[in-house]
Amino acid sequence: MIQTNVNDLTIQAATVNGSGSQTANLVLTRAIFHMGIPVAPKNVFPSNIEGLPTWYQLRITPEGHMARSDKVDVLIAFNVATWKEDLKTVRPGGVVIHEDAFSTADARTDVTYYPVPFAKLAKAKIQSDTLRKQLANMIYVGVVAGVLGIPWEALEHGVKRQFLAKPKAVQVNLDAIKVGFDYWQDNFSKQDHYHLEPMTGVVEGKVLVEGNQAAALGALMGGVTVVAWYPITPSSSLCEYVIAYADRFRENGDGEKKISVVQAEDELAAVGMAIGAGWAGARAMTSTSGPGISLMAEFSGLAYYAEVPVVIFDIQRIGPSTGLPTRTSQADLGFVYTLSHGDTKHLVLLPGSVEECYEFGRDAFDYSDRFQTPVFVLSDLDLGMNLWMTPAFKYPEKPFDRGKVLGKDDLEKLAGEWARYRDVDGDGVTYRTLPGTDHPAAGYFTRGSGHDESARYTEGADAYARNMDRLARKLETARHALPAPVIDEAGRKVGLIAFGSTHAAVVEARESIDVDYLRVRALPLSDDVVEFIARHEHVYVVEQNRDGQLFDLVRLALPPQLVDRVRSIRHYNGQPIPAAAIVEPLKQQEMIPA
Amino acid sequence: MSTTVNRVGLPRDAYKGAATTLCAGCGHNSITNHMIKALYELGVEPHLLAKMSGIGCSSKTPAYFVETAHGFNGVHGRMPALTTGAHLANRQLIMLGVSGDGDTASIGLGQFMHMIRRNVDCTYIIEDNGTYGLTKGQFSATADLGSVQKKGAVNTFQPIDPCAVALALGCSFVARSFSGDGKQVVPLLKAAIAHRGTAILDIISPCVTFNDHDGSTKSYSWVKDHEESIADVSFIPFFEEVQVDYEPGTVREVRLHDGSHIVLKKLGEDHDPTDRRAALRVIEDGRAEGHLVTGLLYVDTKMDDFVTTEHLPARPLKDLGEDDLRLSREDFAQFMSEFA
Ligand SMILES: Cc1ncc(C[n+]2csc(CCOP(=O)(O)OP(=O)(O)O)c2C)c(N)n1
Ligand code: SF4
Ligand SMILES: [Mg+2]
Repeated sequence: MIQTNVNDLTIQAATVNGSGSQTANLVLTRAIFHMGIPVAPKNVFPSNIEGLPTWYQLRITPEGHMARSDKVDVLIAFNVATWKEDLKTVRPGGVVIHEDAFSTADARTDVTYYPVPFAKLAKAKIQSDTLRKQLANMIYVGVVAGVLGIPWEALEHGVKRQFLAKPKAVQVNLDAIKVGFDYWQDNFSKQDHYHLEPMTGVVEGKVLVEGNQAAALGALMGGVTVVAWYPITPSSSLCEYVIAYADRFRENGDGEKKISVVQAEDELAAVGMAIGAGWAGARAMTSTSGPGISLMAEFSGLAYYAEVPVVIFDIQRIGPSTGLPTRTSQADLGFVYTLSHGDTKHLVLLPGSVEECYEFGRDAFDYSDRFQTPVFVLSDLDLGMNLWMTPAFKYPEKPFDRGKVLGKDDLEKLAGEWARYRDVDGDGVTYRTLPGTDHPAAGYFTRGSGHDESARYTEGADAYARNMDRLARKLETARHALPAPVIDEAGRKVGLIAFGSTHAAVVEARESIDVDYLRVRALPLSDDVVEFIARHEHVYVVEQNRDGQLFDLVRLALPPQLVDRVRSIRHYNGQPIPAAAIVEPLKQQEMIPA
Repeated sequence: MSTTVNRVGLPRDAYKGAATTLCAGCGHNSITNHMIKALYELGVEPHLLAKMSGIGCSSKTPAYFVETAHGFNGVHGRMPALTTGAHLANRQLIMLGVSGDGDTASIGLGQFMHMIRRNVDCTYIIEDNGTYGLTKGQFSATADLGSVQKKGAVNTFQPIDPCAVALALGCSFVARSFSGDGKQVVPLLKAAIAHRGTAILDIISPCVTFNDHDGSTKSYSWVKDHEESIADVSFIPFFEEVQVDYEPGTVREVRLHDGSHIVLKKLGEDHDPTDRRAALRVIEDGRAEGHLVTGLLYVDTKMDDFVTTEHLPARPLKDLGEDDLRLSREDFAQFMSEFA
C-alpha cells in the first residue's frame, strides 16, 4: 500500500507568461501558508512580457525546506507548448492536473491524471470577457484545493491577502476558484495519496517576503535618502519597492518627500548620482544586475579611491553579457569584489536569507559611512524575487553610525588642524567634512587622481604608495567589523563553506550528509574561514557559478599546507541549487555510498 | 591699509585657488579669473559653494579658484551625475560645474542632456576649445566642419553645438561667450549662478598649445574677428538697487528668482531672450554668416527646478536623522504584519 503523503510535496504550475498565472500561484501559496504549512515558492519565468512558458514551483515540506526541489509531485499543466516535457518531470506516483484538451496519446501510466476542461469552464462560467483569461488560472487553484484538501477558509484568506489593495477583486476571484473546486467535487474521486493538513509549530511568527522587499525596507530603515537606478531584471523590483514604501512612509501630509528616487539615464549616471549624494553627506544607493554592474565599474573605483560612501545592491542574474536575464547565479562575486581598474577592492555583504537582505540592506549604510567606501550588497534573483518564509524582521535598536565626520565645532576645537586623508587613529579610516560646513578649513578637493594626505594633487611615488597602503589598512579594519561567518560545527571531518542563497540548499543537504558548516557573510574574508579549514580534513566550497569564485578567494587566503584540503562544488544552470546538487557530488568525492 | 571686502566680509583673495598648472595663455585660466571676480562680487559664501568637474584641462580649473570651498573632480564626462546627487543631498549648496567640450559633447553628452531635462539647479560651464587638450590635441565634437588640426588634418564632421542642443531640450538658461571677453563672461556667470535651474554657459576658450593656429575656428584671432554679441549684458545683484537710465526701448530686463536682474542692452537686432525659437534662429543665422554669436541666448525663469519637481523638503536630505527616516515602531509592526 502506498503511504499517504501529508504536507510533503512539490507543486509545479506550468503556464504561459503574462496570462495572470502568477496571481493564481500566489493565492495558492498564501492559502497553504495560512494552514500553518511551510511553503517555498520559486518562480521560473522567461525574459518576455507575454506568451513564453513559465513555471512556478511551490515546495511544501513539514520542516520548512526552502531550497528548490528537483522532483515534481503535482503538475498543473496549463501550457500546451511545454506539456509533453512537463509531464516527464513528474515523479512516479505523482499527480497531473491538465487541460482536458491536451493529448494524452502516449502518456505515462505511472501518474494520476485529473483532466479538467479549463477553457470550456472559463467560457461557460466566467462572465467577464475582459477578465476571463486571467481568472481561468484561478480555476486551477480550485481544482488543486479539491485534490489536496485545502479548506475554503484558507482560500478566502489567500485571495484577500493577495488583493489587499484591491478588495473589489476578491469576490470574482473566489467565484473562479469555486468553479474549479466544484468541478473537482462533481467529477472526480481521490485517486492519489497527497494531502495537505493544517499544522502548527513551524510558521508561527513567520512572514512571506521577497529579498528585494526586505532590502528595500532595510534601506529605508538604514536612512537612505537618495536612490538612483536604471531598470533591469532582477533588481528593478528593489527600487520599485523603495518607491512604494517611500510613498507610504516618507511623505509628509503636505506632499513633501524625505527621499529622492531618480530613474537615471543609465547605470553610470545612477551610481554617479548616488556617489555625488554620498559625498555631500546623504545616505545614497543604487541597485542593479548583470550588465548594469559592469557599467558601474569606473565610478566604483572613484568612490573607492576618493573614499566616498555609497551602497550598491547587485541582484545577480546569470551569464556574461545579457545571459539569461531571469535566471539566478552567484557569478558576480569575483568581479564585484575588485570592481574597477587598478588596485581596487571593496566591502561586499553576502546576505544568505531575506532576513539578512533586510539587515544588510540597512547596515550597509553604516559600514559605508564608517569606512567611507562603497559597500556592495550581493543578493541574487532567487533570493531577491522569490517569496521566502522568514521570522518577522526586528526593529533596529542602534542609531545610525555616520562615521568620522567633522563638523564646524570639531574644526574649531582642532583650530582647523585637519587633513582629509591623514590617518590620525591608525585604523586607515580618516576624517571627512561635508560640503556646506561653515568653517574655512572644511573645504577640500575630492579627486580620483593622485592625492596626498591633504587631498592635494600629487604624482609623488611615495605619497601614492603611502595612500594605497593606508587604504589596505582601512580594508583590514573593515574586515574585522563586517558580519562574521556563521559557523555550525561539531568536530566532523568534513566541512562545507557557502554564501548567499546557497544556504537554503546547504541546510537541507546537511540532513543527509554529516558535515560542519561555515557560511561566509562578507568580503574580505574573515580569518575564521582559514581556521575552519585548518580544523577539517576536507572542506567543500559550494557556490552557484562555473569557475568556483569563492573557492578561488578561499584558496588565496590559505597557507600552502591547507590549500589541498579545499574542494569545489559548483552549480550554474540558472536554476536555484537543489540540495541534491550538493549531496551527490560530496558523497561521490568522499566515497560515501549513495 | 584696509583691504576691500565684499558683502560677506571677504577680500578678493579669499576667492583664489591653488596656482594653475595649465599652459600660460590657456583660455581656461582667463575663465578662472572671471570666476574669481564673479564669485567675489556676488559675495558667494565659499562654504556653500560646490565646485564640480569631470576630466580634462578644463576640469582641473576648480582647483584654481576658491580654495576653501569643497570641490569634486570626478570621472570623464560624468560631472552632471555627481552634481545631481550632491544637490539632492544638500539643496543649499551652490552647484558650479566645470566641463570641457570633450567632457560634455562626447563622452558626457548623455549626462549633459539629462541634467538639462531635469533642470538641476546648477551652473554648467563648458570651457570649449574644440579639442582634447589633456590628451594632446585630438578633435573634439565641437570642432567645426573644415576646421584644421595643428598638424593639418581637416575635421570632416558636423559639430555638436552645446547651446543648440541645450535649446532644443528646453534648457532654462543658455548663453555663449568667449574667455577673452571678461566684460561679457562675468555678468553671464553671475546671472547663471543666480538663475534657479540648469544654466549652460558655453565659453569658447582657446587652447594655445593645440588649437590656436590658422585654420582653427577656436583660436584667439578667429574668435576675436568673428564674435558677434547679441546684446550688452550687465547684471544687477539682488543686494543692489536697480538703476536703469537707458533710453526707452533700448534695453530688456530679466528678473531672476532671487531678485537679481539681467539687463540686456540692444546692440544690433533686438533679441528676446525669452523666445526659445528666436534663440535657435540667432545661432543658425550666425553660423550661416560665419559669425560666432555670443551673449544670453535664452532664459526661462518659470520652470521648476529638480528639487521642486522632486518635492524635497527645505531641510537638506543629508541632515535628516533616524526620527525622520525610520518607520515608527508602530508603522513597522503594522507593515510586517501585512506580510503574514
Ligand atoms: C573614460 C576615459 N576615457 C578617456 C580619458 C582620457 N581623457 C582625459 S581628458 C580627455 C579629453 C578632455 O577634453 P576636454 O573635455 O575637451 O577638456 P580639455 O582638456 O580640452 O579642456 C580624455 C579623452 C579619461 N580620462 N577617461
Ligand atoms: S593643453 Fe590646451 S587646454 Fe590644456 S592647458 Fe594647455 S592650452 Fe589649456
Ligand atoms: Mg577641450
